[in-house]
Parts: sequence; C-alpha cells; structure tokens
Amino acid sequence: MTATVNWQDRINPVVRDIPPSGIRRFFDLATEMKGVVSLGVGEPDFVTPWHIREACVYSLEKGYTMYTSNNGLLELREAIARDLAETYRVVYNPGNEILITVGVSEGLDLALRTLLSPGDEVLIPEPSYVSYAPCITLAGGRPVYLKTSVDNGFQVTAEMVEKAVTPATKVLLLCYPNNPTGATISRKNLLEIAEVAIARDLVVISDEIYEKLTYIGEHTCVPSLPGMRDRTILLNGFSKSHAMTGWRVGYAAGNPDFIAAMRKIHQYTMLCAPITAQMAALEALKNGKSQMKKMVEQYSRRRRLVLHAFREMGLPCFEPGGAFYAFPEIRQTGLSSEEFAEQLLKEVKVAVVPGSAFGQQGEGHIRCSYAASIDDLNEAFKRMKLFLKRRMGRGIVLKGSFVKTGPVPEGKLQSL
Amino acid sequence: MKEILELLQTDARLTPGQIAVLLDRDEEEVACKIKEMEENKIILGYFTLINWDKVGEEMVSAIIEVKLSPQREVGFDSVAERIYRFPEVGSVRLMSGAYDLAVMINGRTMKEVAHFVSHKLATIENVISTCTHFVLKTYKYHGTILEDNESDRRLVVTP
Repeated sequence: MTATVNWQDRINPVVRDIPPSGIRRFFDLATEMKGVVSLGVGEPDFVTPWHIREACVYSLEKGYTMYTSNNGLLELREAIARDLAETYRVVYNPGNEILITVGVSEGLDLALRTLLSPGDEVLIPEPSYVSYAPCITLAGGRPVYLKTSVDNGFQVTAEMVEKAVTPATKVLLLCYPNNPTGATISRKNLLEIAEVAIARDLVVISDEIYEKLTYIGEHTCVPSLPGMRDRTILLNGFSKSHAMTGWRVGYAAGNPDFIAAMRKIHQYTMLCAPITAQMAALEALKNGKSQMKKMVEQYSRRRRLVLHAFREMGLPCFEPGGAFYAFPEIRQTGLSSEEFAEQLLKEVKVAVVPGSAFGQQGEGHIRCSYAASIDDLNEAFKRMKLFLKRRMGRGIVLKGSFVKTGPVPEGKLQSL
Repeated sequence: MKEILELLQTDARLTPGQIAVLLDRDEEEVACKIKEMEENKIILGYFTLINWDKVGEEMVSAIIEVKLSPQREVGFDSVAERIYRFPEVGSVRLMSGAYDLAVMINGRTMKEVAHFVSHKLATIENVISTCTHFVLKTYKYHGTILEDNESDRRLVVTP
C-alpha cells in the first residue's frame, strides 16, 4: 500500500497561506443559479470590435503562428510608443524601453519580482484590485495599505504616502482610474505624490489599464509628471479600452535597464506574448480609435444611469470618474458587504461583488459593474429596489417600534 | 442634439426622461429638443425593426436599377417623384455610376413585383431601362444583424 501524500505539507507556505480570492465564492454561487443578472463582471460587455477580430483571422491565414522576439513585435512597440507620445507626451524608445506582456497581470508580476527583495514594502491603495497584495507576497514583499475612503474620493494623497513610508519601503503601486471604486486621481494629488516619491526614492508602478475610460477631466499619465519618467514603471494593455480581455496582451514601459531585467524573467517563464494577440493589439492601435470612442461614450451614459438609479434607491454613491464600476455604500441596510451581496444574489438574483473582496476598506460597499447592457442594468436596479424595500421595511419594524407609521396598503404588505 | 438623435436611432422607445438621465440633461429640455426636431423634420418618424421572415408572411423585395433620361430644369426629380409616390416603393435613391435610381420595392409575390415593374415603372416617360434584382436573404438591415448568435459569454463574476 502506498502512503498518501500530504500536499499541504509540501506546498510552499507562502503560496499555501495566501487566502483564496473573496470573489471565488460568489462566482461559485452565481454560476449555479439561473436567471442571474450580473453586475459582477470586471470586463467590457462588448465583444472585441470586428475589425480587430478580422485582422487576427487574417494573420492566422497568413501563417503568423510563430514566436515573436521576447520584447514583442517591434511594430506593436512602435505603435504603443507613438500612442503614448501623442496622448501624454511621454517618449519611450520602442527598441529597449517597452516590453509586451501577457496582459497587465504578467507585467505587474514581472515588475514586482524584478524589484522586490525579501521584506521590501510596497504601498498599495485600499480598496484595490484583488491581485496586488498576493502578487507582492509571492514576490517576497510585504503589502502596506494606504487606506482610502469615500471621504477623500478614494484617492491616495502625498500625506498618506509620507506617513506609510519606512526604511523598508521600496515601491508605491498606483491604479487610477481605480478598480473597484471607479475613482480617478487629480493631477494636483499626483504632483504632490511625485514629490514624496522623489524625496523618498520610491519606485512607482502605475497600473493605468482603465486610462482610456476617463469620464471626468483628463487622465494624467504618471510618467509624464516632472521627474517621474525614470522612476515609474508604466503598465497598460488593451483589455478594457478595446474590449480585449481574453486576448491577454499588455505592456510595460520604463527605464531600459529595468525593462531588460524584467525581460529576463519574461523570456524564461513566458518567452513572448501570443503572436495572434499581438497582431490584434496592433490593429486596435492602428484603426481602433473610433470604435473605442463609441464604447467609452456608452459607458459614460450608463454611468449616469447607474448614479441616477442609486440616488433613487437611496444608496449613497461616490461619483466614479473612470473605469466602469460604481461603489455604493450599503451600511444603512445593517448588512456587511458580503451578507448584502449573498442575500441580493439569493433573493433577487443580482450578482455584485462585496467591497470587502478588495480589502478591509471596501467593507460597507458593493462593487457594481456597469459594463452591462442598459436593459440588464434596468432589470438589475428593478430587482435591487425590491430587495432594498424589503430590507428597509424590516428595518422599520425592528428598530423603530415606537415610530408610528400609517396603515400599510395590502399590496405593499406582500412585498414587505 | 446629435447625442439625442444617436440614442433615439438605436432605441426609439426611450422616453425624454430616460434620455435626460443618460445624457445628464434636464428632462424638459430634452423633450423640447425632440419636439423641435420633429417639427423641423429632422426626426421623421419612429419605426419598429421587424424580421418578417419569422412572422411567416410571404414577402418579396427587389432592388431595381433604373436608367433615366434627365429632364430640363428638374433633372431626375420629377421622375423620381412619380416613382416614390407608389406605396409599394420602399426607398428611392439617386446614384452615381452605371444607373441613376436605386428603387427598393416590396410586394407579396414575385408576380406582383414583376407586374409593378413592367406595367408601372418601365412605362413611365423618361425611364430608359430597368434591371430587377430579387432579394434572396437579408443578413443585416438598418445596422442590425437579423440572426445574431453572438451572446454574452462572459463569466458571471470576475475581478
């Protein structure tokens, strides 16, 4: 008889001790149910524009099925450099300052692994994207949270950074427009943060994947700020701007020595991003502007619809200036964000993500993605209204037993 | 104004209230603008896009290329009018290239369309020739794919 292997003992404790994503449980719950309207999706509801898909099919017909250079297709890097120069006046040499990655996810992992030695601290805003903290831990670093809240528009400030810096602090990770809050950051704030970063000799990783989805004001590209180009690693991709999540293609731009070090890991672990995805990204950059604008316009309209709906429901909601998320507060229901999301799903079949999945600071909120059709949004809000009415109804009975309310009409009784 | 039109073009059922929310405007202002555009004939009507094939109704459509000899002073306009006044004519457009008018016609049967072309259209003065193309299948109409199999294939919850 062979002895059974206890894998828990063999798994690297660093990996073993990483908690599973808070989103996972909701995913399992929601997938089992039928008729769910989902506002829980972190990707565009548009399919990749046809001209991009068509260009990819053509590239396959032409036999583009091989490896590319580790850096990625030169033509794509040139197109990215052009886009950055035209949009933000940040100039990168496509020869040695841009690396094509398998989405921003790989870019982030590469950057962290290239930078961090055991015990190094990385400052990250909270709430923030679910991958940041685990990736830092896996790279041997320690995440330190900059607690943002609705009071300061979920923006990191120079003061927060200054307070959190220790001799072990090496990196400041920024992500604006932000997932899950939809917050953007003001240029003034960024300028002040840049000053601290320079004074404290911090490297900044700026994840700007939602950059094109900015609805209020203009996006500030971090490396475009004075003194920041050389100490910033810019991460971006095509997933959100061109509805290309499944293609897995992004890029990192920065100092050539640093990019060369990142490339070392990339070449031994990934070799290169898939050529088909790179060809598609090239088409997106070359000819995708007008379709992208149309998508952004639609998100912008839905954003207003969502804000209006939350106002009507009586859920306080911070006005998101970017991305495609709203992050309303649900505290007044007396439920934790996880309870709220679970009960909402079970009772009225609307999927949202509990704010706590994005860190402690997300507690008391839910993330609602408006990357959904207007019909779906309206249906979801109709159901949420019913759910809230029941909650608030119960609340009155429980808490306000001394409050005299008029007789409840019969029809209303049933829904309570 | 353009934004209101774009919204109505994709969904004519949108109320001024809904449009106002989507565009962050005042409801009354939107309602006034729409009324104004209706009066100015910028908005000519509100239609429903129907896939008649699915209704099981027998219907035939044809595109007819019409060559004309233009008339002094009015050019093609008066002949065009004599054609577009027929209710069975769906659209009439003046074209560049090998022929002059592209006439879209809808009828119940092929015979009915043939009768219209030979008895009504071809006999109009200044019509030199006609060339009729019957429509076999419509894939896309008014920017809408008739049988779109592309659905939302995303996972229900993702980070």
